[in-house]
Amino acid sequence: MTLVDPELAGRVLERALTRGGDMAELYAEARRGFALSLDDGRVERPQGGRERGACVRVVQGDSTYYGYVDGLAEDDLLRVAGSVSEAVRGDARHPAALTAVQPGTRHPVITRPEEVEAARKADLLRTCNERARAAGAEVAQVRIGYAESQRQVEVFGSDGRAAADDRTRVRLGAQVVARRDGRVETGADTRGGHAGWELLEEDPEAVAERAARRALTLLDAVDAPTGRLPVVVGNGFGGVLLHEAVGHGLEADAVQKQASIYAGRLGEQLAETFVTAYDDGSRQNAWGSEGIDDEGTPTRRTTVIEDGRLTSYLYDLLRARKDGVESTGNGRRESFRQLPIPRMTNTFFAPGEATPDDLISGVERGLYAVSFGGGQVEPATGDFVFGVSEGYLIENGKVTSPVRGATLVGNGLEALRAIDGIADDLDIATGYCGKDGQTVPAGVGQPHVRIRELTVGGTAA
Amino acid sequence: MNLDDAAARAVEAALSAGASDAEAWAEESTSRRVRVYEGEVESLSDAGGRGVGVRAFAGSRSGYAYGTDLSDAGVTELARAAREAAEVADEDEYEGLPDELGTSDVDGLASPELADWPTERVVELALEVERSARAREGVTQVENAVYSDADSSVALANSRGFAASYRATQAWAYASAFAGEGSDLMTGLGVGMGRAPSALDPEAIGAEAADRALALVGARQPESRRCPVVLDAFVAASFIGFVGSMLSAEAVQRGRSLFAGREGEEVADPALRFADDGTDGEGPGSAPFDGEGVPTRRTGLIEDGRLLGFLYDSRTARKDGRTSTGNASRGSYRSPPSVGTTNLVVEPGEEELAGLVRLAGDGLYVTDVAGLHSGVNPVSGTFSVGASGRLIEGGEVAAPVRELTIASDLVSMLKAVRAVGSELRWVPFGGSVKAAPILVSEMAVSGS
Repeated sequence: MTLVDPELAGRVLERALTRGGDMAELYAEARRGFALSLDDGRVERPQGGRERGACVRVVQGDSTYYGYVDGLAEDDLLRVAGSVSEAVRGDARHPAALTAVQPGTRHPVITRPEEVEAARKADLLRTCNERARAAGAEVAQVRIGYAESQRQVEVFGSDGRAAADDRTRVRLGAQVVARRDGRVETGADTRGGHAGWELLEEDPEAVAERAARRALTLLDAVDAPTGRLPVVVGNGFGGVLLHEAVGHGLEADAVQKQASIYAGRLGEQLAETFVTAYDDGSRQNAWGSEGIDDEGTPTRRTTVIEDGRLTSYLYDLLRARKDGVESTGNGRRESFRQLPIPRMTNTFFAPGEATPDDLISGVERGLYAVSFGGGQVEPATGDFVFGVSEGYLIENGKVTSPVRGATLVGNGLEALRAIDGIADDLDIATGYCGKDGQTVPAGVGQPHVRIRELTVGGTAA
Repeated sequence: MNLDDAAARAVEAALSAGASDAEAWAEESTSRRVRVYEGEVESLSDAGGRGVGVRAFAGSRSGYAYGTDLSDAGVTELARAAREAAEVADEDEYEGLPDELGTSDVDGLASPELADWPTERVVELALEVERSARAREGVTQVENAVYSDADSSVALANSRGFAASYRATQAWAYASAFAGEGSDLMTGLGVGMGRAPSALDPEAIGAEAADRALALVGARQPESRRCPVVLDAFVAASFIGFVGSMLSAEAVQRGRSLFAGREGEEVADPALRFADDGTDGEGPGSAPFDGEGVPTRRTGLIEDGRLLGFLYDSRTARKDGRTSTGNASRGSYRSPPSVGTTNLVVEPGEEELAGLVRLAGDGLYVTDVAGLHSGVNPVSGTFSVGASGRLIEGGEVAAPVRELTIASDLVSMLKAVRAVGSELRWVPFGGSVKAAPILVSEMAVSGS
């Protein structure tokens, strides 16, 4: 433990339980980050940050009382613990002796990003810019962003758990605008992981090139069709569909409040038997992975859909206690300024046996949705909307013209039921997921997936 | 902790580290947040935070660093990091501290009443929001009712002698209610905001959440067609917020705005008028000075159907040979200033909502849109977004509908505005917007 001495942590917990409580916890964090971007050919906005802080929470029954403070000074930690304890009404309790929790998986970092000179990062942005511009004369704007972060966290619970994690993430992103006459289209791509600089050692410029190709392709796009059509969803970022339309509904806080269409459906056959899906926070070096979650539970692989049956929800400690199960290691928080809530880590469909071509060749007229600009879902109903940022028509079993302005509108439960093919090319992309005002890195992924029919809202009449 | 002093020390430290100019933004806040569920406190927090962000210049290059350690050693370390970061940036001739430094008079940013509300009383307010939502017949669940507030102080100092500070308070409450069951379950959001809890009406916030959910029960997918569309204030605010973000000189200069090169042109129907106003005492985005010490002001954006101009910080203003409009915005000390809206304020029209619906005749009343930011191409302005709401038949609100998309392009939509409603309200969507319902004469609605 490098942030808070366990002896001090013990005193903080003792103080937090002055007036009782079922559980008290001290969460301490030190984070540092560096980011740099390139826009209009110019390297700009170099910025670094360092923050330290802690959160103390006391849980009594279904109520959580918490406070947080910037800095890790002894006086501040004890003061917050004292102030939180005042909200509780009961007799003092004593924390159990602390014992260390072992993290689930290690995520080795080969080259620490902060040890790479900033000038090299600036050069990387420049070579990315050149590669994107070399993709075609119609490339008009290129924006490249680089960000690295390190979060050291320590968790001490009155049940005796003491856990630590050191998380390093690196991410490169490119956004390209292409123009032809009056038409303007954008393309984007990213690469990131719970890893060090090594992630960007092999052809990082490919990220910029892919973003440029997407934008250029869209210049030839026709208006998206409208109506109910078969949809083949691309691998990698296409998994945002699973994340939004299914994953959020499996988070136990929504389930327990009956605010999820998946509540009460455990064990139900929701999809064809060839459909299996996981949330896996232990997947080595993946973007959404961690050693422990933000409550000190080791991360792990949770099978949420097995052979089409709904097999598990995603839990943090509080919701697990309520359901009488174990936490699945999904208690995550954006920082010490928020409470942990059930969140996805890396969520993806298991690969099947078909090839992407098999899926496409079976479609007479449909949409091939390769990438989404983003999406939104109402977990209570499962209704979702996704903007298709890169899409193509499928005509007579072949991918033909690119389309623009397509939107997929549907319902998670219905879409899941309508999956009629899964390919063998699993890929996981890097996303940021927002919930209750907290943003956390989340891996989204899948192989190519075909949905029998979805509502496509287009711009074509 | 004296914030003005922390900011001044950070500026000094950056100059000592070799910066040619420097600026520091120091911030301190206390905040409370209460979430209630089924008549009990689900979570309650009482918290404090502070930090400083330093912008250091090395000639025409700038670097930024932020941190939570306001001690002499902490601030010195940050200043050095900011100065070092500047070395990595490329030269930018327009970079530098603003020339238009100063403050404007903005009243009512901080309410003394916030301090009069102990935690027990704001918990009671949150519970009342929840009770009010649950009291409506047909409401099956209130997923959450939340109250939160913040009391923040900000100090800004720079090496050109600017030093000023202000304090602002803000209180919010919202609830999310469900009506119907199973696949017919519908959700509704109610919100309220003000400078103190006394400005919130818990009964109205809960009732709004319930009514919005109840209005959608039994919704079906409508048939595709082109028709008049009434956007309610929430939805109108989201669109206005999106248009506002496109009017940033930053987006324009970088070729990422469909409004680039259209200053003075006709881009909207004259019925739609709005401004950016950082001096409205009620506006959550108001302050006496912006993120780099330029006085805030009111900047007309769309009037008489024309685009009057763009929003500038000092860098984008220098590039266009203009003056800053006081729109250097900061999310917090963790981010350097960049162009952003303060509050977008829509000019009210004549008709109440019922009047807009009557004018629409047969069409669609939209109460919710999803995926606006992913669904709009910022450069071309074409969009297709998911929506739900009610049909309009014979000038009256009729059957509920969902799983539909509305599509158009932003300029066509702005030009097709037929009327703006008379009832203005502050809405925390699309940034901070004082919005009214809007009637658009035609949009493509696609359903089945």
